[in-house]
Amino acid sequence: MLNIDCPWCGKRHETEFRYGGEAHIARPEDPAKLDDAEWAEFLFMRTNTKGYFAERWLHSHGCRRWFNVIRHTVTHEIVGSYKMGEKPPKLPKSAGGAK
Amino acid sequence: MVKYSIFTIARNALTSHKNWPKQWRSPEPKSSYDVIIIGGGGHGLATAYYLAKEHGMRNIAVLEKGWLGGGNTARNTTIVRSNYLWDESAAIYEKSLQLWEGLAQDINYNVMLSQRGVLNLAHSLGDVREGVRRVNANRLNGVDAEWLDAEGVKDFCPIINISKTARHPVLGATLQRRGGVARHDSVAWGYARAADALGVDIIQNCEVTGIKREGGKVTGVETTRGDIAAKKIGVVAAGHSSVIAEMAGIRLPVTSHPLQALVSEPIKPVIDCVVMSGAVHVYVSQSDKGELVMGAGIDSFNSYAQRGSFHVIEHQLGACLELFPIFSRVRMMRSWGGIVDTCPDASPILSGTSVEGLYFNCGWGTGGFKATPGSGWCFAYTLANDAPHPLNAPFSLSRFESGALIDEHGAAGVAH
Amino acid sequence: MTQAFRTTSGGRIDRKKAITFTFNGKPYIGYEGDTLASALLANGVHLLGRSFKYHRPRGIVAAGAEEPNSMVQLGEGATTEPNIRATQISLYDGLTASSVNVWPNVEFDISAINGLFAKIMTAGFYNKTFMWPRSMWMKLYEPVIRRAAGWGKAPTQQDPDIYDHMHLHVEVMIVGGGPAGLMAALAAGRAGARVLLVDEQSEFGGSLLSRKRQIGAKDEAGWIAEMVAELEAMPDVTLLSRSTAFGYYDHNYLCVLEQKTDHLPAAERVGKVRQRVWHVRAGQVVLATGAHERPLVFADNDRPGIMLAGSVQTYVNRYGVLPGKKMALFTNNDAAYEAAIDLQAAGGDVVAIIDCRSEVSGELVDAARALDIEILAGHAITGTCGGKRVESVEVRAIQKGAKVYTSAARQIKCDLVAMSGGWSPVVHLFSQSQGQLEYDEEKACFLPGTPRQAQQVAGALAGEFTLKDCLAGGYKAGADAARATGFTPKRKPAAPEIDEPDLSGIEPFWIVPGSRPIGEGMAKHFVDLQNDTTAADIELAVREGFESVEHIKRYTLTGFGTDQGKTSNINALAILSGILDKPIPKVGTTTFRPPYTPVSYGALAGRNLGDWSDPVRVTSIHDWHVENGALFENVGQWKRPWYFPKAGETMQDALNRECLAVRSGVGVLDASTLGKIDIRGPDAAEFLNRIYTNAWAKLGIGRVRYGLMCHEDGMVFDDGTTARLAEDRFLMTTTTGGAAGVLDWLEEYLQTEWPELKVYCNSVTEQWATVSIAGPKAGAVLKKLAPDMDLSQENFPFLSFKEGVVAGIDARVFRISFTGELTYEINVPWTCGRVLWEAVMEAGAEFDITPYGTESMHILRAEKGFIIVGQETDGTTTPQDLGMDWIVSKKKPDFIGKRSFTRSDTARADRKQLVGLLTDKPDDVLPEGAQLVFIPHSPKPMPMAGHVTSSYYSATLGRSIALALVKGGHDRMGQKIFAPLEGKTVTAEIVDPVFYDKEGERLNG
Repeated sequence: MLNIDCPWCGKRHETEFRYGGEAHIARPEDPAKLDDAEWAEFLFMRTNTKGYFAERWLHSHGCRRWFNVIRHTVTHEIVGSYKMGEKPPKLPKSAGGAK
Repeated sequence: MVKYSIFTIARNALTSHKNWPKQWRSPEPKSSYDVIIIGGGGHGLATAYYLAKEHGMRNIAVLEKGWLGGGNTARNTTIVRSNYLWDESAAIYEKSLQLWEGLAQDINYNVMLSQRGVLNLAHSLGDVREGVRRVNANRLNGVDAEWLDAEGVKDFCPIINISKTARHPVLGATLQRRGGVARHDSVAWGYARAADALGVDIIQNCEVTGIKREGGKVTGVETTRGDIAAKKIGVVAAGHSSVIAEMAGIRLPVTSHPLQALVSEPIKPVIDCVVMSGAVHVYVSQSDKGELVMGAGIDSFNSYAQRGSFHVIEHQLGACLELFPIFSRVRMMRSWGGIVDTCPDASPILSGTSVEGLYFNCGWGTGGFKATPGSGWCFAYTLANDAPHPLNAPFSLSRFESGALIDEHGAAGVAH
Repeated sequence: MTQAFRTTSGGRIDRKKAITFTFNGKPYIGYEGDTLASALLANGVHLLGRSFKYHRPRGIVAAGAEEPNSMVQLGEGATTEPNIRATQISLYDGLTASSVNVWPNVEFDISAINGLFAKIMTAGFYNKTFMWPRSMWMKLYEPVIRRAAGWGKAPTQQDPDIYDHMHLHVEVMIVGGGPAGLMAALAAGRAGARVLLVDEQSEFGGSLLSRKRQIGAKDEAGWIAEMVAELEAMPDVTLLSRSTAFGYYDHNYLCVLEQKTDHLPAAERVGKVRQRVWHVRAGQVVLATGAHERPLVFADNDRPGIMLAGSVQTYVNRYGVLPGKKMALFTNNDAAYEAAIDLQAAGGDVVAIIDCRSEVSGELVDAARALDIEILAGHAITGTCGGKRVESVEVRAIQKGAKVYTSAARQIKCDLVAMSGGWSPVVHLFSQSQGQLEYDEEKACFLPGTPRQAQQVAGALAGEFTLKDCLAGGYKAGADAARATGFTPKRKPAAPEIDEPDLSGIEPFWIVPGSRPIGEGMAKHFVDLQNDTTAADIELAVREGFESVEHIKRYTLTGFGTDQGKTSNINALAILSGILDKPIPKVGTTTFRPPYTPVSYGALAGRNLGDWSDPVRVTSIHDWHVENGALFENVGQWKRPWYFPKAGETMQDALNRECLAVRSGVGVLDASTLGKIDIRGPDAAEFLNRIYTNAWAKLGIGRVRYGLMCHEDGMVFDDGTTARLAEDRFLMTTTTGGAAGVLDWLEEYLQTEWPELKVYCNSVTEQWATVSIAGPKAGAVLKKLAPDMDLSQENFPFLSFKEGVVAGIDARVFRISFTGELTYEINVPWTCGRVLWEAVMEAGAEFDITPYGTESMHILRAEKGFIIVGQETDGTTTPQDLGMDWIVSKKKPDFIGKRSFTRSDTARADRKQLVGLLTDKPDDVLPEGAQLVFIPHSPKPMPMAGHVTSSYYSATLGRSIALALVKGGHDRMGQKIFAPLEGKTVTAEIVDPVFYDKEGERLNG
């Protein structure tokens, strides 16, 4: 049961949230300009990082806001959460970049 | 390979079992192989075995970062069945089930395949429609399938609660009598022993840290035990597929999630079949040791941690007690998690990649164990021929561009 | 029965309160404060069960959670429980228990014959046999194995007990109420933190319940009482005894099982919660979980009467029981000497202390000598005798490193062997919390390494094996935890004077060879008592190439019992390290998985059963439906009327009547469950343009439009009508089951992709009750209820809506239709639903208005060829597949899903497409889900052309109709297609999916 820090409501049990997968995958401005491979890249291909990972959560049983979280996918350590459009928090030194 | 039988056991008993040979060697890695399989789980070992047995290849290594069979092979709920909805899925899983049926004799290792029948319960009219559709599709595909109404379910599994007033009443079920369970560890060990006997080098504690390429073609791997050259590489790394893919500069349509399972304390036999309910996330069978083996739903978030959240288990047990009220005083003895690699369409990938000589077998999600023999068999064919077998051709990476997905979500619920 | 092995005084039992209980059908007496194990030992009962594989007689080994053997079937009937350890059962009046997995009884167990085949039943033997002939596996071998499997029995009746869940947030949670845990609680509590202290035992005190210690001016009991009293007086400190922290999960989330009534006689349990699972989120966790003693591994070390030394001490001091009258102690450390000293002091006789260390000295050794106990240093037990109880041990002088002993054996008669191989800290929860273990050579045990969570460790868990260290370490851990959560600890109290013996070291001695090499001869060196794993099994596993500790565990089943290897894991690891000739830390350790001790499914499910397992949603008209005999269908969480049978009607009769009423008169449907989303903002129309496949910008105020939604992959996922209430306001309807998903999806796009759009969504599903009246007489009914509303075609055309008063209620009326008939959907405030419904029934009475349910709705819409998402679609269906090209905008540059339509597979001409089917025989109703083929009677696997998505008998048309998805179906009109069913093949013609009123003339009544 993760303890997720909603930027609006504070720390809450994971059961109040819905997961939204990898963050920062912007919908292409003009999908018509993409070829099938590029479109598939947007639709399906994912980084699936082992390590610190930027992901989206929805506080579905709370404020109903989407936000981003940096979480380590092995230790489940949460470095921080940030609102849509904000810059991600700094990663711990040992992390060696957003891996 | 020493033949295993009651007679060899009896003979060895006379010498206090001091003369059993190793089931597999622990060789040092050679400098080069024709094929390197990355991942020493059931699928990887099966691939190596069929490469050697069916395609006559001998210069093969299986590289395992930990201990063989220690990943999802050791962590699943051991369900075996082939009653999938889509033709493509039914074909490959049925191939797998047929291999299962002769596996113990083929590899001379008792994998304890127990074809005690698998029920997939329907709890709503939509579930019923879906179940009947699947039964019909299975039948025409030559996969054994029956539809049972609620009374039929009760007859087949007397301890199920079919009360109409249950929150999610049982309205019927599909039944595949040839489905069942197998002994998970034995599968890995049996394939390892049989592959080893055919000359395959199984190298444990050997973690791949890089994929070496030249001119768009693989040339070998970097490992914690040194560099090893290879003409072809088959990646069968389940939850860690994306990690290996990244080493080769590839992205996969795969995300890794925790999938939890649990067993109860051993009790005298109470349930003689496999009961699955995708709608309420209950997957139950009873092992030959007497434990109730149960799979839970998948955790939503990405993780490589082999552990999920406890509420998933609690939720599952609530649903379980709805179906099996007499389990209330049975106790959970051990719970654990695996890392499942899930595809957007809940179907696997057995495919070449943009890197020549690099093949991936992944994305089995929650359904990998039952596919072990078929997956290995098809992947061996693909590696040997540099072209997919018709059984796995539909499971290519290109389907994500063309849109020819094989969507088993709605059809099979969580496809344990 | 007398309690022949009860001491004359002492212990924490209440000798005034005798308790009667029954074991294996025999009545016994114990005292309040006893466990079942201590009471049985007081009565001289050691034989409690049989081992799993060989069915060897087994007795009580330990005194707590680590007990490997003494599982019993507790209670009878609906409340019976399998596999409960006698050492963890608090004795209560009327308790009944019996041995498990024995037949006919524990004294004479027929399966003991397995022992004769022990040579064959080695580790992994089942992998090597039972393969020939193949057919016999399912017919003979496996059934026999299954019959032998399992310990106790599950009840056969419904559990009458109730269970619940509690959630708790604290700054400091302390696991373990021994001396370290109590001190930690004191430190954190005095600092002002909210504290939770849990302990699995019936009372706090931990190891002090078993040992005699003077702490300052108090004896151990006085000290515990004083500590508990101070903690209980603190308002923010919660103390839970009989409460086992069984799981330690991410972010300091722990689960605790509190056994609230399991210690009470049946009559006192009635109406009470039996067990409660606490879900605790803690700022800091202090683990003070103590240590378990390790057995020594020697030949035939499994006979009843062979026990852990510390447990013997517990039985003597805590329960006033002599587990035996003539005890031999076998040890590799001098802490265990206390057991001998205490037993002797309590009236027992210690016949010898067999110490494998060649040199022994120290305070305890001197004390034992002073009691005239014979000490055999440099000796080991190399064999035991006795059937259902140990009778004597074989003792030899040992030479370090020898595989076989040749020294002379000496038989020593005894009825109890106490053994101690040292102590293993209970690292389970620490390990579950992702902490790594570090091996401590000097203490010969694994200790916690660096914690991975906000956590402290203290007491024996931290390697603090003296009381003095426990008290100091516990206080520090509690103070550190309080400080880390923002509190200022009070000054540390002065350390009390403690009277405890000095200890010299432990000398690891992992396996005692016998007179023959291990694995030869009949003697067995048991490592895992419950699974009958022997040292020879581990050797065999290594011989066969299993070297990883995980492999060894799995091949030999070590640690896979109900005790999860609490007494066997470390011994197995050490023996493996010896065989591999690698140091223990190099061999590794295994992961400890939750739960620490077994937890009932009932407790885990808590109250989430029955209707509480998933919320039931009902409309405001639901009670009317119930009163009028409706049968219900679950749609998502909603209960929807399925159909309304009248007396004597079959389902089909009812459906025919309901459908014909709608087609010829008027019917009424409760449509309240459809999802309703209020969408507001200046960019609302632009937003709809992006998320629906069709165009929305020009929809006039007061008008309604049908829309389809696709995911980005181009597959249909929901549909419904949306009305424009104002320039900047729309009311969207969704499917019943899809409502929540659609709202989430809308918000996702608004918040994550298009934050620049000024749009705001709000679910109003439960703000509006919806009554849909349909049929040629619908207008007449509405006219009566809303005489002021202009229902003329010009002023209230199809696909428009009006606000007005209906039956005296402010309402929105929509002219939309899912049946093809003239239909008014009347929305009124949710709470007015039933009032409106009854008004409609009354107004419609003269037209014989007929309530209908979802099934008739499905038939009526199928007659019109309207799709149901989730029935005609399955996540692989595009709008084009459904023949709904007309709703896919060609002009809009982009909308969700558009790009995917042009992918090669998605644009394929021979995709499965929606068609109608008419069976050649009008009475043949195809089963929904029937598969279709173009060529009948071909061999399997048959190439399939599609499947039947909907199929009904249409009373309107007097024949069956079906909808189907068929490969290239749109170009196959008029062709035959076949449904090969079980036993027959049905032929049908592919037709347009609109079966009725193709021109849509009935829409206007």
